Amino acid sequence: MNFRALIFALFFVSTAVFATAANEAAMATDPVAEKRLQALSEEFRCLVCQNQTIADSNAELAQDLRREVRAMIKDGKSDKEIVDFMVTRYGDFVLYRPPVKGITLLLWGGPLALLLFGLFALQRYLRQRARRIEAETPLSDAEASRAESLLKDVDLK
Amino acid sequence: MNRYFWILGGFAALVVLLAVGLGLNPRDVPSPLVGKPAPAFNLTVLATPDKTLGPKDMQGKVWLLNVWASWCVSCRQEHPVLVEFSKKRADVPLIGLNYKEVRGDGEFDMSKMPAAEEKKMAFKRAAQWLSQHGDPYSLTVMDLDGRVGIDYGVYGVPETYLIDKAGVIRMKHTGPITPDVLDKKILPLVAELNK
Repeated sequence: MNFRALIFALFFVSTAVFATAANEAAMATDPVAEKRLQALSEEFRCLVCQNQTIADSNAELAQDLRREVRAMIKDGKSDKEIVDFMVTRYGDFVLYRPPVKGITLLLWGGPLALLLFGLFALQRYLRQRARRIEAETPLSDAEASRAESLLKDVDLK
Repeated sequence: MNRYFWILGGFAALVVLLAVGLGLNPRDVPSPLVGKPAPAFNLTVLATPDKTLGPKDMQGKVWLLNVWASWCVSCRQEHPVLVEFSKKRADVPLIGLNYKEVRGDGEFDMSKMPAAEEKKMAFKRAAQWLSQHGDPYSLTVMDLDGRVGIDYGVYGVPETYLIDKAGVIRMKHTGPITPDVLDKKILPLVAELNK
């Protein structure tokens, strides 16, 4: 099982490495810039595939955008300038980590709200359960001895 | 009874949420460019390669910028609508922005194609396509490498922008234009902007 997973992982890693190596050979000469490109590309969503970053995607647009980012790195632009370049063109949607503002509040706060709701529901349930157990009247002596004899019967069988 | 009510209610809420979510079009990404000045460009005109055109030349007019390419399948779908529109509403300039005519096709190995050859091929293919399917455009400009497309946030052709007299983008439509979109979305806004 583990072995199979490893093979799969190696397969995917190798294809990814080949894919980038073929396309981005141009920048390999500058490892620092390459690293920045990689880091930045992972922050941007590819608008064609929508669930891949422009680092992962091989869509035409992702290639073009990597080219743009590379050119901006070469020009000595800061990360913020590069992010602004993308956002003015494609909107916050292009960011995998959109900024916290009115329209993204549900996105950022949603999980926390759900967690709080879950904790509240759990607490309520546990309280009800405790109350129910308390409310149950214990068995009378006659009932207890009857239960005991029934259990004994079961044990013998 | 009470407990089932909560479980069923939660389930129903989830179903409604997912139903609404699935009904939305994930391609419909709101453009941050709406309300902003149309990004400047200066691109070669298809019919007259010695001339260029940019948004500045269109100032004072309410006009449409339609992004297309001969390899774009959805463009074929919207094309008759545009041809019809250009006949009926010659008063609304429709400028074509040909987007990555050759390198967007995916048929060619661009690393082996010299720029001059790409240019020649792009102009030929675009002109051929328009003569074959009809030319609704007042003019078409050629964005060979897609650089202008990036400035306009193009991520899937066809896309259409409505630009007002001051050169501000007032609307963007992603995907093919249908008669419905034209009549209900584009033309009312054109009329309003022309007032």
